[in-house]
Amino acid sequence: MTEGTMTGFHSVTWREPIIYQLGGEGRRGSRVPPVEEEIKASVGDILSRIPEKMRRRNPPKLPELSEPEVVRHFIRLSQETYGVDSGIHIHGTCTMKYSPKMNDAFARSPKVASTHPLQDVETVQGTLAIMYQLQRWLCELSGMAEFSLQPRGGSHAVFTNARIISAYHKLNGELEQRNEIITTVLSHPCNGGSPAAAGFKVITLYPDEETGYPDIEALKAAVSKRTAGLMMTDPYDTGVFDSNIEVYIKIIHEAGGLVAIDQANANSILARLRIGDVGADLCHFNLHKSFSTPHASAGPGSAAIGVKQELAKFLPIPIVKFDGEKYYLDYDIPHSIGKVGEFYGVIPNVVRAYAWIMMMGAEGLREASEVAVINNNYLIRKLLEVRGVTLPWYKAHPFRLQEARFSLQKMKEETGVGIADVNHRIVDYGFQDMETSHEPWIIPEPLTPEPPETVTKEDLDSIAHVMHEISREAYSDPEIVKTAPHNAAISRIDNSPSSDPTKWAMTWRAYLKKNRSERQ
Amino acid sequence: MLDEIGVKTAEDLFADIPEKIRFKGKLSLPSPKSEYEVKKHIESLLSRNKTSDELISFLGAGCWPHFVPAVCDEINCRSEFLTAYAGDVYTDLGRYQSFFEFQSMIGELVAMDVVSFPWYDWGTVAADAVRMALMITGRREVLVPRTIGPERLSILRTYCEGQGGIKLIDYHPESGQLNLEDLRAKISSNTAAVYIENPTYLGFIETAGDEVSQIAHKDGALFIVGVEPLSLGILTPPGDYGADIVCGEGQPLGMHLSYGGATLGFLACKDEKAFLSAVPHRLVTIAKTQREGEWGFTYVLPERTMFAARDKAKSFTGTATALWAITAAVYMSLLGPQGIKELAQSIIEKSQYAMKRISEIKGLNVPIFDSPHFEEFTANFDGTRKTVQEINKNLLDSRIIGGKDLSREFPELGKAALFCVTEIHTKPDIDRLTNALQEAVR
Repeated sequence: MTEGTMTGFHSVTWREPIIYQLGGEGRRGSRVPPVEEEIKASVGDILSRIPEKMRRRNPPKLPELSEPEVVRHFIRLSQETYGVDSGIHIHGTCTMKYSPKMNDAFARSPKVASTHPLQDVETVQGTLAIMYQLQRWLCELSGMAEFSLQPRGGSHAVFTNARIISAYHKLNGELEQRNEIITTVLSHPCNGGSPAAAGFKVITLYPDEETGYPDIEALKAAVSKRTAGLMMTDPYDTGVFDSNIEVYIKIIHEAGGLVAIDQANANSILARLRIGDVGADLCHFNLHKSFSTPHASAGPGSAAIGVKQELAKFLPIPIVKFDGEKYYLDYDIPHSIGKVGEFYGVIPNVVRAYAWIMMMGAEGLREASEVAVINNNYLIRKLLEVRGVTLPWYKAHPFRLQEARFSLQKMKEETGVGIADVNHRIVDYGFQDMETSHEPWIIPEPLTPEPPETVTKEDLDSIAHVMHEISREAYSDPEIVKTAPHNAAISRIDNSPSSDPTKWAMTWRAYLKKNRSERQ
Repeated sequence: MLDEIGVKTAEDLFADIPEKIRFKGKLSLPSPKSEYEVKKHIESLLSRNKTSDELISFLGAGCWPHFVPAVCDEINCRSEFLTAYAGDVYTDLGRYQSFFEFQSMIGELVAMDVVSFPWYDWGTVAADAVRMALMITGRREVLVPRTIGPERLSILRTYCEGQGGIKLIDYHPESGQLNLEDLRAKISSNTAAVYIENPTYLGFIETAGDEVSQIAHKDGALFIVGVEPLSLGILTPPGDYGADIVCGEGQPLGMHLSYGGATLGFLACKDEKAFLSAVPHRLVTIAKTQREGEWGFTYVLPERTMFAARDKAKSFTGTATALWAITAAVYMSLLGPQGIKELAQSIIEKSQYAMKRISEIKGLNVPIFDSPHFEEFTANFDGTRKTVQEINKNLLDSRIIGGKDLSREFPELGKAALFCVTEIHTKPDIDRLTNALQEAVR
C-alpha cells in the first residue's frame, strides 16, 4: 500500500553517516605545501614567540579521512539533494529557473576566481566593465538612475534600502519624527524584518477580502507625519499585481515619504513594467531569481538595489563608474550610508547575470516573462480541476503573473489532509516540495508553485497529474498521505529538538555532550 | 496552452497591470546573442584582468590567497548542490547534513557548541554578533578596537545606527595590543559587548584575550571575538578564553578570491536559550526519525527569525552562503586536525620569513608592531622618499601586487602597507618581493 507510486520513483538513499563517524585516526586528504628548509632555519621556533596561553594545546577535532573518502561522502550527500537540474522544482517565491552552464564557466574562470578585490583597478578592467554595464542594464530595466551590486540577498537589499530611507530623512532633519515604515502583509517578510532591523516601527496593512491587496483608504489611514516610507513587494507571491501601486506612491510622496518596491518577483514583468516609471524611489532585483544565477543550496545569491537620481548620494560605497576611458571604484559618495557588506558584492553572480542578460537581449527577457506567465496560468487551470484545491481571489484575479497561491483548506476540512501532508507526499512522486507561504498564513493551507519559463508543458501536465493523484489518495486513503514520505531517503523526522534545549544540537560536539550514553 | 487557459493572446494574462503604467518604449539592451558570441565577448572582456596566477600577489586584508584543493571545486560544481535552494529535508537531506557538518567543524575550530547557518561575510556576522549583544543585554554601547579595518567598522556602524553606539578602544603604539587601561576606562554598565579580532586587521595576534574577557564579564558585558579560521590551527580558540559569541570569515576554507565575491561569514555562540533566541539566522539541529539508523535535521526555534516573526524579529535573514559552507566542510575534512595545524604553521613561518627579509631593507620599518603575527604584517615606508602608491606601481611593473596601502586608513602609521604571505608563497616569491621592494625604495 505504501510502496511505490505511479512514477516508480524512489529517492537516492545512502543512509550516509555523519562525517565524524567515518574515517580513521591519522588519515588525511591533503598535504600542505612544504616550507623550505632555509625558511625554517631562518625563522627558528616561531611558535615559541606566541605566549603560551595563546598557543593551541590540541589541534581542532576535524574529521580524519582520505581524499577518496571525502569525495565519496560529499558526492553521496549531493545525490541526496534535489536541485533544479534534478527534476521538476517549482518552489514558489524563488523563481527556480534553469541556469545556463556556460555562465557557470565564466564565474569560475581564473580571470574572475583568481583576482583580489584590492588589486589595482587597472588590472581588473574586465570585471569592472561587467559590473558597470550590469548596473546600467538594471537601471534600464527598472527605470532607476543608479544601481549598487553590493547586497548579497533580497533581505539584505531591503535592509540597504531602509538605511537609505533613514539617511534621506536624517539629512532632512526629519528622522526622529519619521520613524514608521508601512508595508503589506503579503509582501516578503523582509519588507517588515529589514526596516525593523534598521530601527523603524513597522505598520502592516492587510489585504481587502475582494481584491487581494490593501484598500487605498487603509493606506491613507496609516499615513501620517511619522511616515518614513512604504516598503512592499509587487507583484505579490499570490501572483497578483497590486494595481493600486501608483496611488500608494502618490499618497506616500504627498506625505513626504519614500517608496521602495521589492522586485524579487520581477520575472513576470521584465521589459513590461519599470517600477521607476511608476514613481518608486528605490527597488531591488534578486539576480538569483529573475536573472538566472543558480540558487546554490541557499546562496550565495545576489541582490542589486536601484535608486532615483536624488538618492544616489546615499548609496553604499563604492559604485563602479566609467570616466570614458577607464572603469573605477567611486568612493566619493557624499552622503553614503557606508558599507553593507565586505568588498563589492557576489561577483561570480554578477558575471553570470551579465552573461544571461546579454544572451537574452531585451526581446528575450520579455519573452521569458511571457512564457513564465503562460506556464503559470496553464498550471492554474490544471490545478483548479483538482478536488480540494481553490484559488483565493480568483474572481478578482483569474489570471496571475509569476505564481499563484492556492489553498488546500477545502481538502483539509474534507479529508484531514493539509498542505504539510501533501508536501510530504509530493516528494514520493519525484518532485521537489512546494512553497507554502511566508508567515502569517493569510491563505489557509497554502500551496505556492511558481513554474518559470524553463519548464515544459509536459512538466506542468505531470505536476497536475500527480496533484490529482494525491487528491484522490486524500479522499480515498488519507493515511497514505498522512504518513508520507514513503519513497524519500528518510522517514518522518522527530521535530522535538526544535524547542528542547536538552535535544537540540547544532554541532556534533554538542550532540555528543547531550547523548553521552550513546556509543558512537 | 492559451486555448486551455481560455485567452486569445498572452497579453490578456497581464490584465492586472494597468495599461497606463506599462512600459511601452524600447529598452537600450543588446540584441539576443548565441552562446558562442557571448563566450567570445566575455572572454575578451576578462582578458583585461590580470590574475594572481599571472602576477604574484601579497594582498590579504579580509580576502586571503590560499590553495584550493581540486575536491572543493569538484563538490561545489555538483549541480545538485549548485541548483538546490529551499527544499525540505525529505528532498534535500544531503544539503542539510552538509550544513550540520560545516557547523560541527566550525564548532571544533572555535570551541563553541552552537554554530548558526552560514552568512555573508565577516563584517556582517560581526554586525549580527554585536546586535545580538545589544538585544541580550538591553544595553546601548559596544567597544571595538581601533585596529579594526575601517570598512568592517563601517559595516558595524551601518548595522548599528540607531540601535547602539560604537566606541573605539585605543591600542599600544609599540605592540598594537588592545590598551586594557583604555578598555577599563571606557567600559561601563551601558556596555553591551567588547569585540576584538584575532588576528587583527593589522596582522598581529591579540595576546590578552583572556584578560579582555574578564574585564568585559566583570561589567556584565559580553565578549565577542572575530577570527580568521586557519590561524586556529595553532592559536587558542576563543571559546577557551571566554568568548560568548565568535564570528569570522570562512573564505580561506576553500573559496577562491573571486574579487571578494566568495565570502562566508560564520557565527558561533554559547548553547543558552537567550543567545539562540537572539541569533538572526536559521539554526539547523540534528534530529532522529521514525526509523532506526537514519539522521534527520530540523530548525531550532524557527518562530524567532524574520521568516515567521517579520518585523517583530527586529533582524533579517534569508538567502545566505550555503554553497560556500558546503565547500568549507569539504576543505576542513580534507585537512583534518594535523593538516590544519601544519598549514597554520607553514603560513606563520613563511610570513615571518617575509617580515624578516623585508625588514632588512633600509628605510623600512617591518613590522610596525612588536607582537607575534600570523599571515599579515605592516610595513612602514617613512624612511623612503616614495609613497606606498608609488612603490606599488613599481612593484606592478615587476609583476608583483604589493600590500594594501594603509596610509589613508591609519594616518598615525605613516606611509604604511599591509602585506599577506601564506602557504602559497615560496621562498623565491618572497625573495623576489624583497628584491623588488629594495629596487623600488632606492
